[in-house]
Amino acid sequence: MLTLLFDGVAYGMLLFVLSLGLAVTMGLMNFINLAHGAFAMAGGYVLVLLMQRHGWPFLACLPAAFVATALVGAALERTLYRPMYAKPHLDQVLFSIGLTFMAVAAVDFGMGSSQVNVQTPPWLQGRFELGSGELTLGMGRYRLFIVAVCVALALGLQAILAGTRFGSRLRAAVDDPRVAAGLGIPVDRVFLLTFAFGSGLAGLGGALGVDILGLDPSFPFKFMVYFLIVCAVGGTSSITGPLLAALVLGIADVFGKYYVPKLGGFIVYVLMIAILLWRPQGLFTRESRR
Amino acid sequence: MNKLIPALAMLAAVLATGPARAQSDPVKVGLILPMTGQQASTGRQIAAAVKLWVAQNGDKAGGRKVEVIIKDDGSVPDATRRLAQELVVNDKVVALAGFGITPSAMATAPIATQSKTPMVVMAAATSSITEASPYVVRTSFTLPQAAVALAEWANKNGVKKVVSLVADYGPGFDAEKYFTDRILLNSGQVLDKLRTPLRSPDFAPVLQKVRDAKPDALFVFLPSGQGAAFMKQFGERGLDKSGIRLIATGDVTDDDQLADMGDVALGVVNSHHYSAAHPSAANRKFVDAFQAANKFRPNFMAVGGYDGMRVIYKALDATKGAGGEALLNAMKGQIFESPRGQVLIDAQTRDIVQDMYIRKVEKKDGQLWNVEFDAVKAMKDPGKQK
Repeated sequence: MLTLLFDGVAYGMLLFVLSLGLAVTMGLMNFINLAHGAFAMAGGYVLVLLMQRHGWPFLACLPAAFVATALVGAALERTLYRPMYAKPHLDQVLFSIGLTFMAVAAVDFGMGSSQVNVQTPPWLQGRFELGSGELTLGMGRYRLFIVAVCVALALGLQAILAGTRFGSRLRAAVDDPRVAAGLGIPVDRVFLLTFAFGSGLAGLGGALGVDILGLDPSFPFKFMVYFLIVCAVGGTSSITGPLLAALVLGIADVFGKYYVPKLGGFIVYVLMIAILLWRPQGLFTRESRR
Repeated sequence: MNKLIPALAMLAAVLATGPARAQSDPVKVGLILPMTGQQASTGRQIAAAVKLWVAQNGDKAGGRKVEVIIKDDGSVPDATRRLAQELVVNDKVVALAGFGITPSAMATAPIATQSKTPMVVMAAATSSITEASPYVVRTSFTLPQAAVALAEWANKNGVKKVVSLVADYGPGFDAEKYFTDRILLNSGQVLDKLRTPLRSPDFAPVLQKVRDAKPDALFVFLPSGQGAAFMKQFGERGLDKSGIRLIATGDVTDDDQLADMGDVALGVVNSHHYSAAHPSAANRKFVDAFQAANKFRPNFMAVGGYDGMRVIYKALDATKGAGGEALLNAMKGQIFESPRGQVLIDAQTRDIVQDMYIRKVEKKDGQLWNVEFDAVKAMKDPGKQK
């Protein structure tokens, strides 16, 4: 059971890294970016290409995936996304889902349809076993690595948000963009940097998740729903909201597949419906201002 | 009089070329494969094998030119049915072939019956497919063949408690039923029967369940293409060191992915109808030619496609290019040597009768191969004998 709990936590933290960019974009720019899954997929394929075609070591590919996806995100924000901010939500949805289809088709054409496999480095293979019998805690090294990276990210991001000037500008812009602009905060630049960072995080999550979630051109379609659920349940106005929501969902998913395999992946949806019926604004948001 | 002779000559010329023109019309074969999507590796292998057959045997059969039309159904059965309909009505194909997964074959069966077009199933493996239409001929294999052969081996080798893990669709049900029935018949125990979804399966929680059940052996069936992800999880969860033997149908140690699976696959005993390491002259020729034309090894899907083309060509030779009922009858009862071994297309069931090999994954020349060490000869489909 402890092993299951650990697996759920690892899965949840991966979901958190993947969904955080989406939550910030939705909260900050009020923009529903359904192409977020495509950024995650891009990060995953950057890792695969660098590792398999150019022989880069695993640890070097992770920051590379982050940077590459962040650059793509910045470029797209400046050119394609900016004119869409003022448009109604339906237009944003149609635009971003169209972008996703294009990305999926391009990757399918360029990389083929089958699942890609990455060989994780030997120091990340194997597991630690603590305890015995019912209370065995088996921690796969790779999952342990993911938990460590995500915890570090979460702490780092919280520090940035609370401790730096950029962080306070970001929080101001999230709270009320008009007043923030009136105070001289360059809201445009904050948006650009935040979107790039969020996309980069998605790319990093995609790269980390290749081993656990698998990677093929239909990745955005398979996992976009989970990211949206994390944002809906966790709210979009903090970091801890999506973090706790992702953990709850990850643990519920793993436990559900173990104890009630017939329901399998449906457990997540049941949980989401239950939580949203109880608190429609999400678990951790204050009353919505829009 | 002057005008009459040229006119008569022209008339004679037209009459003479008339029937000859009809004779040189190409005969078309519709090949419906999953070239994209989850089963893309199946499509890739079969397409390569068909191309190899045509390269080796020419594009003429029954005195006519054979044109193979490849269509991609992406493993979506509705698309398969629509493509089959278009091929039969628009292109007037003389035979349909391919069918990467069971649902695709089942969806096309009514069209084969209605249009009296023989349907050669080169990949799908559920027993009941040949009963869905009297026009279905199979050159792949059936899961009951593999499952029963493996269950017999398990019983002879001290495996008493098993857990079975299969994918949640037709061939998976066949594999689970026939394997567990045979184990129970030999007074073994089935501790649990687990299923994973056909699309995007998550092996982590289900492997944890296997670990907790502590059987002698874990029996696995997964569709071609999921084996590598499964083996990785199997190793990552420490199951290869936990004393639980992994036995499977050969789809899990698929030649297409075996080379990339790593040492965790060593020693896995599995049962299947084709191994790229099969030590016959015909197979060595096939594998060498295949690898020379493509960068990858042939797997059991490729052999199904290769033999399917052989069945179609020889049947066309017998009917001199005609289709319909005559072509179907020419396919029944064909007996020949395939790269996998001796093969017979049963005249009554239209299913394939072949040797089922028991193999173990071993390393030869630095690469992993399925090395055969035992066989059940001329195995008919157990699914038809119940």
